[in-house]
Formats: sequence, C-alpha cells, structure tokens
Amino acid sequence: MGNYVINHLRELESEAIFVIREIATQFEKPVLLFSGGKDSILLTHLAKKAFYPAKIPFPLIHVDTGHNFPETIVFRNSLVEELGVQLIVGSVQESIDKGRVKEETGLDASRNALQIVSLLDTLEEHKVDAAMGGARRDEEKARAKERFFSHRDEFGQWDPKNQRPELWNLFNGRKNYGEHFRVFPISNWTEMDVWEYIKLENIDLPSLYFSHQRDCVVRDGVILANSEFIKLKPGEEVVNMTIRYRTCGDMPITGAVESEADDLTKIIDEIATTRITERGGRADDKRAETAMEDRKKQGYF
Amino acid sequence: MEYQDVELLRFTTAGSVDDGKSTLIGRLLYDSKSIFQDQLDAIKESSKNKGFDYVDLSLFTDGLKSEREQGITIDVAYRYFATPKRKFIVADTPGHIQYTRNMVTGASTANLAIILIDARKGMLEQTHRHSFIASLLRIPHAIVCINKMDLVDYSEDVFNKIVSDFKAFSSKLDIQDIQFIPISALVGDNVVNRSENMDWYKGSTLMYHLETVHISSDLNHVDCRFPIQLVIRPHTLENQDFRGFAGRIDGGVFKPGDTIKTLPSGFSSTIKTIELNGEQIAEAYAPMSVTMTLEDEIDISRGDMIVRENNVPEVGHDLEVLVTWMNTNPLRARTKVVLKHTTNECMAMIKELKYKVDINTLHRIDNIDKLEMNDIGRISIRTSKPLFYDAYRRNRQTGSLIIIDEQTNETIGAGMII
Repeated sequence: MGNYVINHLRELESEAIFVIREIATQFEKPVLLFSGGKDSILLTHLAKKAFYPAKIPFPLIHVDTGHNFPETIVFRNSLVEELGVQLIVGSVQESIDKGRVKEETGLDASRNALQIVSLLDTLEEHKVDAAMGGARRDEEKARAKERFFSHRDEFGQWDPKNQRPELWNLFNGRKNYGEHFRVFPISNWTEMDVWEYIKLENIDLPSLYFSHQRDCVVRDGVILANSEFIKLKPGEEVVNMTIRYRTCGDMPITGAVESEADDLTKIIDEIATTRITERGGRADDKRAETAMEDRKKQGYF
Repeated sequence: MEYQDVELLRFTTAGSVDDGKSTLIGRLLYDSKSIFQDQLDAIKESSKNKGFDYVDLSLFTDGLKSEREQGITIDVAYRYFATPKRKFIVADTPGHIQYTRNMVTGASTANLAIILIDARKGMLEQTHRHSFIASLLRIPHAIVCINKMDLVDYSEDVFNKIVSDFKAFSSKLDIQDIQFIPISALVGDNVVNRSENMDWYKGSTLMYHLETVHISSDLNHVDCRFPIQLVIRPHTLENQDFRGFAGRIDGGVFKPGDTIKTLPSGFSSTIKTIELNGEQIAEAYAPMSVTMTLEDEIDISRGDMIVRENNVPEVGHDLEVLVTWMNTNPLRARTKVVLKHTTNECMAMIKELKYKVDINTLHRIDNIDKLEMNDIGRISIRTSKPLFYDAYRRNRQTGSLIIIDEQTNETIGAGMII
C-alpha cells in the first residue's frame, strides 16, 4: 500500500484505542467486563496499549457463574497479576445463595440468564457508570444495531428503538443520575480480524482455544465438554474427542468444534474455510430467533 | 493464509421500503461467501415460513423484532464482509424521509455511498435525498446502482435515460466521483459476477468498484491536527517524568523533531517521541491513535490541540453550521445546548436559524422559526469558549460537531461547520 495508509487491523486498533481512551476520560467509574474469552482478552490488550506506560486505569469485572472452565480462571488470575490491575469478581452462586435469582432446573439448565442479575448487582455495588465489553456487531443480529456508546436506563435496560445517533468519532457519554453506559470498543471487528490481530500481536490465550483431547457429550448436534455441570440424558454417552473452542462461555452451554488446529495459523485457516458462525455453537442463542435481543434489553452483556 | 495487509472501506447504502437495498447487501454477502451455513439455513427456513418463492436475502440485514415484523430497516445496521482485496463495513440505513437522521449517521463515517434506483421508477424524491445527504456529508465516492434491470428487459435505453437524469440533477451537488452500474440484486447481475444479460454494459461490477476505488487520499494529510484526549502520567518509579499526550490524529503528518504549537495556549515546542505501547512511530497521520511526548514541559489537557506553527485551524466562538436536526423537540433560536467538537465540550447558544433546505428539491426556505426532526438547515452558534476548527469540506473530523440537549443528554443534532 502507498504512503499514509494504514491497514485494516491498525485502523480497527486505532478506533478501539480512541474509544477506550474516551471511556477513561468521559466516565468516573469505568470498568472492563472480562469474561476470559478471546474478545475480552483482546480488549484488555488494547487497553494496555492505550495507556502505556501507565497501567490500565480501571478495574476488570468478571461475573463468575461457577460454571467456568478451570482454564479460564487460571488464565484470568495470571493476566491480572501481570498487568497490575484490580479484579472485581461478581458471583452468580452468591446471587443464588442470597435468593436474588433462582437456578434453572432441567437437563438444559444454564446460568446464562442468571448472570444478568449478578452483573447488574455488581455494577451497582461498585457505582460503575461505564462497563466496556468485547461484544462485536458481527456476532449476532441484535448486536449489529448496537452503538459504541450504548445508553442504559436506571434499570440497566437497552432500548433498541431509542438509541442515540452516533456520528463521526464524537461519542456522547453524558447521562443522568443512575443511568450507565455499555461501551463496545471492538464493535467493528469481525471474528477473522480478532484472530489475525491476536496473531499479529502475539497475544496469549487460554489453551481452550487450541486443539486438545477432551471428554465430550454430543447434544442436539452441539459438542459439550463433559463436566460436573452436565447431566447425561438417556442414550447420551461420553466420547473422547479432538476439539477446540471458538468462543468461551460457560461449560454447559459452549459448543466446541472438532479441530486439529493447534496454533494461530491453523486457526485462521480453519476460520477462513468454516461455514458456521462462531455463536452457532451457543445453546443460549438458540432459545428463540430474538433470544439475544431479549436478553440485551434486560441488561445482558 | 498470511495476515492480510488490506485496506478497510466503509460504505453506506440508503434505500426505501422496496428498492432492494437489503437484497443487494444480502447479495454482496452471499456472493462473497460471507454468509455462514447456519445463517443461511435460518433465513431459508424463515422465507419458507413466510411463503416466499425464493430465499429472501434481505432477512440478513433485519435485526430487530419490529423490523422483521414490518419488513423494513429502522435503525442503522452494520454489516461486515471481506474479499482477498479489502475488508468492508456496511452502514445499512433506511431511506424514508423520516429516517434522514439515520442516513446522516451512517454517512458520517463512510468513504463511499451506494445510491439505489429502481429501474422501473427512475429518479424519485428519495434518490434526490440520498444524493444530497452523500454530498452534504462529503462522502468522497458514490456508486449509483440502477437496480431491478431484470424487470425492464435489461434495457440499455432505460439505463441511459436514468444516468442522464441523474447527471442533470447531480450537477447541483458536490460529489467528486460518481459511477453508474446497471444491476439486478435479486438475480445477481453485475453485483459480484458480470451479467450475461447486459452485453452493452462495458463497465465493471459493483464488487470490482468497491475493491479498487482509490480511498487513500480521502483523509486530510496536509493540515496537522492532533486533538488531545487525555494526558498519560504513569506515577510509577521507572516513569516518574513521563508525560504523554494521547489522542487520534485528525489531519496532517507528524514526525519526531517537528516544531509544533499548542492551542489555546499558543506555546511552541518540539515533538520528542511519537509512540504506542512503547513502540516508536516515525510518522503519524490520520486515523492513527498515538501517544506524543514533547521536549518542553507545557501545560496541555483534554480539548487542547497540537498543530504546526505555520498551519493553524480557525479559532473562535462564532460558528456557521449546516445542521441535521435529530430530535422530536424542534430547534429554535436562543436555545442553550451542549456541543461536542473533537475532544472538546462546551456550552453554546443557537443564535439564529438562517434557512432550511428542502432536501428533495434543494431549494432554500427562508424565514423559518424552527427546525424539526430530520430537517437540514443553516444556523449560527456562539460557543462559551473558543473552538479550534476547520471547514467540514476541508476536514471531516475537525469540521464536525454534535449538539446535545442539556437536560436529557440526548444527541439532538449533527453539525457541519461551513
């Protein structure tokens, strides 16, 4: 390319860093929602770049469902230590124990929806006025309409029909008392952009993302890790498979893909030829055609 | 596959209820193989349930419940696809007059506009509107797609007539680069693949244009403008004296060693380093986010701007602005508002409403007492502190501003400085 042109990854990086810096200056108590997934790891990496040589000037919040992959927690703790940032953990188990939410029952029970209450409680407890997350518009159809700066009312709800217009790179984070913002600095990244950038910047990821052997259960065509959180249905059996994860949610709902891709180059090749979206393996999105929109309106990530 | 060294092109599409805009985007995604099997299955199922004869590609772009119910796009939806030559971000916006604000929003970040015309209907009011918005927001490139050619027997005469009508109209506008392409989004003619039904058309396909249009000179690399977002002070033992100015370059080219001037203080200094994450950058230009350090200790904070001594922006309290009104409460003179401009924020007074533009005929309407939602008009504003700005036609970043309601904090207007 010619003079004074930056490639798409550097342009997306610049945009995300601009947004992260806006969050740090426009809000009093911003936080970064850290799930342990690749998108929030990428976001943390961008935040580090945005303020270097200073430390990231806001805490990470992790909503722990109690159903996490153990690899996620180990990775989270070492990253927090390396960056010297504050970690706040919101616990779904605690919300259940306090009677704030009721655990779902049945074979497909998940704590996915329960996270909403723990998340909103944690944000309120810490008086958070801006929570940034690694959601991307290409992930899901309701997210395609999301703003960078997404306004939430005093109940934490999203009103998709009444969003603030967002023009040029002028982000309006002004709000009334009790309201907060969700901010999505990597809105414009695609799954491929994320992987290419992770490779370009050599960003560490949990081992889950790379091909490994694991005991699995295949349920409705989705490959789930066998764990204490899964009850086998009649006729289901545990099989040892060679798999990896494309996204990382809770163990009982995150589907794996059969894959031999054990390094970033192979993962990028695999994504370039794959025919299924990355959330295609997410049982939480399959509950209804507008499952994501419904959860987001209530305050989901 | 190696990590791709390709550019990002942002384009906008505007269209009304049934001119095939969503179908066109669906077609671009489908033919560039950017649609995944599970998305396609979901849409096939949905089309079948609705009793359609063919797979309705427009369903890819309708996200919200009410949009699916009404079969229209209400809000700006962003779509992503890539070819080996470029990555694309599509701002898909509704075309009806009541959604002018959404069109303006989508247009504000676009390098290119696709203007759709139904071959059976020719130029309509909405074509005028979309073209005017593309010109007003200074989208550098436009592609006029004459769609539904399959329904006019792929007639060259129909195409030529619409092209000449459009040229007559667009002579009043300010778009530097306009291309015309006859297409059928439904069938796929000239979208990604060349049409076998229009031998008379010797130009290239829509996708070829999107992949090759020259965009690297769309940004201003002449006038150096660096608005400060925040000051980085690590307060750590090893970096006790570090004072970095963080921001995104809005124009020009900055290099270490350059003599600069800071606004509003007027002090001069020399750039010591330009860096990001500790890595040194030899030349910084738009749209790069960087951290800059200076040789001298100067008091600089958010909202200040670093420029070159011999090339400073306008500095002042009084702005002449073309504004798109975006709120159900009309704008009237003598209103107090909040402005956001670059990294600055200040109070301002709307001094005068000068005229509004009939966006279908481009005629001026004088003697107005208010601007209503979706109106575009010229106003004068007095700010509570001086802003550092350029004309929007010279720099889309330093020439743009948003107007915010002091009470509700909503974004109520978008302004382009004249």
